[in-house]
Amino acid sequence: MSAAKNININLKIWRQKNASSKGSMETYKLDNVSTASSFLEMLDQLNEQLVNEKKEPVAFDHDCREGICGMCSLYINGRAHGPDTGITTCQLHMRMFNDGDTIYIEPWRSKAFPVIKDLVVDRSAFDRIQQAGGFVSVNTSGNTIDANSIPVPKDDADKAFMAAACIGCGACVATCKNGSAMLFVGAKVSQYALLPQGKVEATQRVLNMVRQMDEEGFGNCTNTGACEIECPKGISLENIARMNREFLKASVK
Amino acid sequence: MWNKVGMGRNEKGLTEAIAEIAQLKEDFYKEVYVPGSADELNPELEKVLRVADFIELGQLMAMDALQRKESCGGHFREEYQDAEGETLRDDENFKFVGAWEYKGDDISKEELHKEELVYEEIKIAARNYK
Repeated sequence: MSAAKNININLKIWRQKNASSKGSMETYKLDNVSTASSFLEMLDQLNEQLVNEKKEPVAFDHDCREGICGMCSLYINGRAHGPDTGITTCQLHMRMFNDGDTIYIEPWRSKAFPVIKDLVVDRSAFDRIQQAGGFVSVNTSGNTIDANSIPVPKDDADKAFMAAACIGCGACVATCKNGSAMLFVGAKVSQYALLPQGKVEATQRVLNMVRQMDEEGFGNCTNTGACEIECPKGISLENIARMNREFLKASVK
Repeated sequence: MWNKVGMGRNEKGLTEAIAEIAQLKEDFYKEVYVPGSADELNPELEKVLRVADFIELGQLMAMDALQRKESCGGHFREEYQDAEGETLRDDENFKFVGAWEYKGDDISKEELHKEELVYEEIKIAARNYK
């Protein structure tokens, strides 16, 4: 890796006062950004500059800053989580950009993810989908069976684990031309459908989660596959197929 | 906090820290600048409230450390150590959990409530890892 240097950049950022107001793209100039800094650190630097100028800082979501919480969103230069693959925005580094670049930063755009302020969107629709079925029933009477003592075929365990890697960031929805949440819901349904612990609620789970997904206003899947490419955790389209299979199975029961 | 209310503390440092934090608190409330408004989501306001909490927590830690004239666990009062530099407990006087009652902005007015610790199964003794 080459040594870090400082670059000067131009930013075009979506500013929106609140959910009901009309937003617009604003231009900012930010100098001396280290290529060793992360994208969010660059935004921190911008906000510090804005605060010093007595202007209002840009609101954006962030939490763990290590790619596991799913909080950071941002549509950067037309791509969810920016110009790199298999990462979240907090894992994006400024070395991906060049001196003099203009960077466009927008919030997730989807009917089901309304903007709260600037780059912050309300993703509680995902929470409600999870609450509709993203759980398993376990005996807690004192005779709880250790999960490790339940035999699971290695292939199933691997697939369930890969589905469980979903962090619920919403990049799939933001990327999809239909605003579909099927990669997310597919991953959540698959995670349980593949494991013996998920069998108890299997029928109700897929029906309830898909119903909630539709009620929230997410679109449908047309097998474009953009979500799979932009997913920071590489969730496979196979999960959508599995969800559809589970849904059909549950519907004819 | 790191220099005077760190793992090793003493009466002089803690007394100084309490005065310094009180000054910091005064400066904070006088000079704090909060961008944005209270009418919509304001992450800067959240940060300001967090800093205000940290200041109060810092005050409380220093106050409690000052009154606890013994060493125990992560609280090492430099005045209270044995010949080998190990923690010197005082279970006669400090076998309690301190709960401070808020009495307004002046930290010196806070009231200490003692929640006595009663051990039924274990014998109280000096502990070290040797």
